[in-house]
Amino acid sequence: MTTLQPPVAAEPRPAPPPARRDRRSWTGWGFIGPFVLVFALVFLAPIAYSVYLSLFRDQLIGGNQFVGLDNYTRALQDDAFWSALGRVAVFLAVQVPIMLGIALLVALALDSGRLYGKGFFRITIFLPYAVPAVVATLMWGFMYGTKYGLVGDINSAFGVSLPDLLSPGWVLASIGNIVTWEFVGYNMLIFYSALRVVPTSLYEAAEIDGAGQWRIISSIKLPAIRGALVIATIFSIIGSFQLFNEPSILRPLALNSITTDYTPNFYTYSLSFNGQQHNYSATVALIMGVITMIVAYAVQLRGMRKGA
Amino acid sequence: MRSTTSRILRGIALVSTLTLGVTACGGSDDGSDTKAVSAGDIQAALDKGGDITVWAWEPTLKTVAADFQKKYPKVKVNLVSERSGDKHYTALSNAISAGKGVPDVAQVEYFALGQYSLTKGLADLAPYGASKLASKYTPGPWNAVNDGDKVYGLPMDSGPMALFYNKTVFDKYKIAVPTTWDEYLNAARKLHKADPKAYITSDLGDAGLTTSLLWQAGSRPYKVDGTKLGVNFDDAGAKKFETVWQQLISEKLLAPVNGWTDDWYKGLGDGTIATLATGAWMPANFVSGVPNAKGQWRAAAMPAWTKGDKASAENGGSSLAVPALAKNKELAYAFTEYANAGAGVATRIGEGAFPATKAELESAAFQSKKFDYFDGQEANKIFAESAANVASDWSYLPFQPYANSIFNDTVGKAYVSSTKLADGLKSWQDASVKYGQEQGFTIEK
Repeated sequence: MTTLQPPVAAEPRPAPPPARRDRRSWTGWGFIGPFVLVFALVFLAPIAYSVYLSLFRDQLIGGNQFVGLDNYTRALQDDAFWSALGRVAVFLAVQVPIMLGIALLVALALDSGRLYGKGFFRITIFLPYAVPAVVATLMWGFMYGTKYGLVGDINSAFGVSLPDLLSPGWVLASIGNIVTWEFVGYNMLIFYSALRVVPTSLYEAAEIDGAGQWRIISSIKLPAIRGALVIATIFSIIGSFQLFNEPSILRPLALNSITTDYTPNFYTYSLSFNGQQHNYSATVALIMGVITMIVAYAVQLRGMRKGA
Repeated sequence: MRSTTSRILRGIALVSTLTLGVTACGGSDDGSDTKAVSAGDIQAALDKGGDITVWAWEPTLKTVAADFQKKYPKVKVNLVSERSGDKHYTALSNAISAGKGVPDVAQVEYFALGQYSLTKGLADLAPYGASKLASKYTPGPWNAVNDGDKVYGLPMDSGPMALFYNKTVFDKYKIAVPTTWDEYLNAARKLHKADPKAYITSDLGDAGLTTSLLWQAGSRPYKVDGTKLGVNFDDAGAKKFETVWQQLISEKLLAPVNGWTDDWYKGLGDGTIATLATGAWMPANFVSGVPNAKGQWRAAAMPAWTKGDKASAENGGSSLAVPALAKNKELAYAFTEYANAGAGVATRIGEGAFPATKAELESAAFQSKKFDYFDGQEANKIFAESAANVASDWSYLPFQPYANSIFNDTVGKAYVSSTKLADGLKSWQDASVKYGQEQGFTIEK
């Protein structure tokens, strides 16, 4: 067979393999290409652009210049940023457990099958989630008002003096209340749907073994929905760190209580839109994104390890 | 597996670098031209016609725009008036930095002009003939719009301050109209004691009011010289202001109501907010916003910080400016001149605007105009006198809109906690200085 081949053909043999390997890799790209293109355009490009922005500084005097990592060192020493982060951390530590606790309680109550009008109860709890955050915040803002709001009405009707819920000492709790009201239903639905997929045969077996309702909850239901609990916690952590809508909408009603650097996100917004400091704003946003990722990832690791 | 991931990562890095390159290319070119434009050029542009977009919330411009289009039928004026204040400046700054959607004419308040002229966001109107109009305007507004031989806008109105007071309330409790701020403080106490629901005025921390009162008190916190600036709220004038205002705050004599809200209009209408120290452009707002209190209110000269001192200050007032990126500058300038120096001035005054032009301010017809809302009072006499007594040398920061946006973060603390007003002003000063440094200004002590 080999004798049939012309002798010249033996020389260029080593060339084809790389070409073939190339072709193979391009086929793969062909398949994921459309995805990568969209992914790059809507996910990576904005991040890359933010990173690019964060390396410059645009000043009223001196114009735009490359400053390397200056913006990052500035952010790490920025009291406004860290106090905003501290504020959302407190918010996270207090509001999230309360919200998830209530949501879990409601989900367990619904799942227990001992409630009348379960469908009505479920939709009522869920309804606030369907109200846009803007509307919800405005509504609560008016209720908090000490002059013409619900608090004011109660004060004058009963001759009491409730604390001003929009004063600096109370406003974070007031925001927590709004967020809890909005998201209990959403988290309840996550927990409830996780509870619905637990096979009922487990409950029957437990009952035969003489387990009470509390035992069923602690030994079957809670372990079964661990995944859902972790997911809801992670969502809530991200939500807390990204707190923006509520303080920004409430601000006109509580101008002196909610500063323009109240939460990290509100701070980046103010930096960009009031201060025209787009570069520094991008830096703060990136740092905040990394912190959120670290915290969420740590919670996920811990939540999942125990489950395994 | 490992090599595939790294290959994918490399691919992603490549793609994102490429997109980065694309997004980073959106440079802007500066469209400023310095050559003079003759009146003939402007007339030619008017004859040729075209569209111009005007961003302004000044209500009287509606009629002016309609008249302008009647006079020059080929020109279409597109008046966008939904936004005002912070939102307006945010939109304008964004449009200018994006280089897209920039209006041909924008309303810019005097305190904000510096920010836009410094960043070359506004066209110099001197080549279009604006510098010839200098003698038409009162010195205050003209000083605000020009910088050396450059003119960044034409004054639209001015806001010499006056004290508006609800005469019905003052008569009811037999309180004399205060002529000094000390009397004002006593009037505040007397009124609130007589009716715990009534307050002398409303204030929850307002940068515009505070700077105007400091101006009147003789404080000059901002020293601006090109790229050098100084901020200092520690002078005799500021002390006078702090003393009076601190007592008003501590004794809870100020209604906790924000300006321009429903509550505020309600308070002005039902006598629970008894006075208002503000610019002379206010009457038109009384007529439209507080119609039910017609006949109750009057205007008076501002209370003095020292007895017998006649010094006044400006509060508000705006110009019309032409952004450097405006597409049709000849038409834009023609409209600006028509509205603020031409036939538009009379139209706007007729609708209640307060002029920045000398001739109108001094005219007998203007001064003897009887305000129905003030029960026939010739209020313009008071306003014109205030305009003549506006204390000179005041300047705002070149980034005043930003400084004002953080006013409530700093000075606002004094309104809701035990922080002293003086300390609040100090932290406002520090924050302004810090921003100035970040923006490359040289800070002088």
